[in-house]
Amino acid sequence: MTKFFVNGKPVQVDVDPSTPLLWVLRESLALTGTKFGCGMALCGACTVHLDGKAIRSCVAPVSRAEGRHITTIEGLSVDLTHPLQKAWIELDVPQCGYCQSGQIMSAAVLLAENLKPSDEDIDEAMGGNICRCGTYPRIRKAIHRAAELASERGPK
Amino acid sequence: MSAPAALLRREFIKAGAALGGGLFVSLYLPLVDSEESVAEGADDHQFALNAFVRIGTDESVMVISSHSEMGQGIYTSLPMLLNEELEADWARISVEAAPVDKVYNHPIFGIQMTGGSTTSPAEYDHYRKMGALARTMLVQAASQKWNVDPASCRVEKGLVIHGATGRRATYGSLASAAAQLTAPADVPLKPASAFTQIGKSTRRLDTPSKTNGTAQFGIDVILPGMLTAVVARPPVFGGKAIKIDATETLKISSVKSVEEIPSGVAVIATGFWPAKVGRDRLVVEWDPGPNAGLTSEQMVREFSETSKEPGAIAKKVGDPAAALASAAKTITAEYDVPYLAHAMMEPLNCVVDLRADSCEIWTGTQFETVDRANAAHAAGLDPEKVQIHTTLLGGGFGRRANPVSDFVVEAVHVAKVAKAPVKVIWTREDDIRGGWYRPMWHDRFAAGFDADGNPVAWTHTIVGQSIMMGTPFAAFAIKEGVDSTSVEGAADILYGLPNLQVDLHTPTIGVPVQWWRSVGHSHTGFSVEAFLDEVAHAGGKDPYELRRVLLAKQPRMLAVLDLAAKKANWGSKLPPGIGRGIATHFSFDSYVAQVIEASVGKGGEVRVHRVVCAIDCGLVINPDTVKAQMEGGIVYGLTAALKTEITLKDGRVEQGNFNDYPMLRIFESPEIEVHIVPSTEHPTGVGEPGVPPAAPALANAIFAATGKRIRRLPIRSSFLA
Repeated sequence: MTKFFVNGKPVQVDVDPSTPLLWVLRESLALTGTKFGCGMALCGACTVHLDGKAIRSCVAPVSRAEGRHITTIEGLSVDLTHPLQKAWIELDVPQCGYCQSGQIMSAAVLLAENLKPSDEDIDEAMGGNICRCGTYPRIRKAIHRAAELASERGPK
Repeated sequence: MSAPAALLRREFIKAGAALGGGLFVSLYLPLVDSEESVAEGADDHQFALNAFVRIGTDESVMVISSHSEMGQGIYTSLPMLLNEELEADWARISVEAAPVDKVYNHPIFGIQMTGGSTTSPAEYDHYRKMGALARTMLVQAASQKWNVDPASCRVEKGLVIHGATGRRATYGSLASAAAQLTAPADVPLKPASAFTQIGKSTRRLDTPSKTNGTAQFGIDVILPGMLTAVVARPPVFGGKAIKIDATETLKISSVKSVEEIPSGVAVIATGFWPAKVGRDRLVVEWDPGPNAGLTSEQMVREFSETSKEPGAIAKKVGDPAAALASAAKTITAEYDVPYLAHAMMEPLNCVVDLRADSCEIWTGTQFETVDRANAAHAAGLDPEKVQIHTTLLGGGFGRRANPVSDFVVEAVHVAKVAKAPVKVIWTREDDIRGGWYRPMWHDRFAAGFDADGNPVAWTHTIVGQSIMMGTPFAAFAIKEGVDSTSVEGAADILYGLPNLQVDLHTPTIGVPVQWWRSVGHSHTGFSVEAFLDEVAHAGGKDPYELRRVLLAKQPRMLAVLDLAAKKANWGSKLPPGIGRGIATHFSFDSYVAQVIEASVGKGGEVRVHRVVCAIDCGLVINPDTVKAQMEGGIVYGLTAALKTEITLKDGRVEQGNFNDYPMLRIFESPEIEVHIVPSTEHPTGVGEPGVPPAAPALANAIFAATGKRIRRLPIRSSFLA
């Protein structure tokens, strides 16, 4: 039995501890916002936060989550009020949308650590997230816009 | 176990019912006959004014989309079209996927499908008409209630208003009465000059759900008691399992069974991970079949050899042979592009609930009618017994319109042996190695010049597999040995060339091929526009100016070319090391020009700095969507130019995941500007036309920067170092 926290709530799952966290989230906990894209930490679609750090849940065994806090896209904000969600909506970033949970979760860590990221910071933080629809120009703009929105709202 | 699972299952079942057609109520359409959507009993809360819009007594307005949303924004553009006439409150509008029914057939292709950049062009009148019909009936219901002339009523934001008496009624309050009326046979549509929503950038209706994890793709579907399967498929196309040892697989307690199916060996388990680990532990001996001799480098050489002789004539103007023979100067060149996988971010998947007398399917598909027929055949049921719930597609690019419904049929076969609802998930490797590629192509050109360096002759021999052969479109796409999609963008080039020949060789090869975003244009866009750049330089002309001359009789493309050149400051000085390239391409009835600025590093690494794109796609429905599709199309095209190839060695695909089939990433993605030519012409394609000019504009920019000609994709840094 592996016990951890997802989006603030305690959960326990009875699966092989080597099972990647991704599949526990998607199948055991029915949190399907986190996506499967490659299974090799190459595309970032499965990005979630483990104690506030971005991890690729497709290669992280669930045992790594034991006792720790996982945040998924469903836990980013309950009402679309996170600056990244606002900016994503304002600039209509997603196309097919499949990679966007991972994009937003990677960007959320960047913004939490860097109030005003440069283009280079964005390249570095977002380089592990693939978007086959090619929304990169808008992702870049939306991260800058989210940084603005966050600064308007003031530091947390 | 945990609460969230139970909660989500309930939500899913509710959504399933709404999507599934059980409560679907609709009035017979005056325009088309429906085989299934006859009213099945009225729901107390909502009435359908026709099969394309459902207005609830709670003021909700549900637009039924007969086309799939795969990122192209159609779940917003179709409601915009409908609501231009309906004039409901936009904030009340939502959208859902249509069930499979003749009433939802594509107005051009005659089957229910999404592809060919045709949704907006084909539905432009249709969805407006549906909105107008609903509005007319709502107005009629109000005028009867108030005993006034319908012509004295107007509508505004979901209200019918009778100005003279000040009476108003909401659409929701009129929906029940309106549903009792006979639909008018025809209604006039607004002229474009009166549009209030069409042409204004409108935020997509699906964006909120795509930023909080609630958007439901096929892979997210969960059914009670559902199992998950992963399939081991033959390592060579056309191969077959001859010996299966599942001993180690069956030791995994969550693995339910291992079953041979027509496409391979299915490992069926309680979840993806045990199924995947179970597949890794299978020991299968394969008969590789007839294609084990295929090796890409050899195929490239054979294609080149084949191209030395002309093939079946696709287009002939003047006397190109004589013109070449008498030309003051001639040049020749050969171009090659590889097989390409679509690589949608959502790997293929399909959920099937097969019962004795019915089959329900949940999947992201572009090809509902074909999938239903193929699934029914596999299930041994009549097509009417098969329901398909189209989910959101995590990318399509053509792959999810498979002529044999490979990913759907396979899931039906798995469901037959699983004896439970089952979801088949493809891994990334399954997707990359799964075939149905953009074909590899070889293009051989010759051009002849007059004494002033003007091109007077152009011949183009194309070698590549037919995409249309064996598909529902073969009859109209293949004529006299020429698949029109093999030569599109080549046989119909807009440039005025007095002597022209385009011919085609169509080898039969055991690698399954398919339409891939921009189809034939994905190779002709590159080869034609890159060779034209060679022609310009060989004749001593500026590539932009030569195009202007050759497009003298093509005012729409000329305007697009001029706009792109102007916005890119064509001819202005660039920093050292940066080159500028230009390309145009006409595809899906749209005109696109792109100018790219690029440089090459010491190690041969290409950097794309800036892309300026201009498009004329007729009347624009949602300008921001057009821009988004150009941005995405350019990234897709640059990925093909710089990154991806599928190669075969002894019949086996050499790539498998994003490490060896790499995508362009954000740090490689250029600044992109999109400019739209205003137009009142009928809308034309948008999803695909942004792709073809990107690779040649880049190749031409690299030539400008380095003097090296790119004639083979993907561009190799070793070639440029």
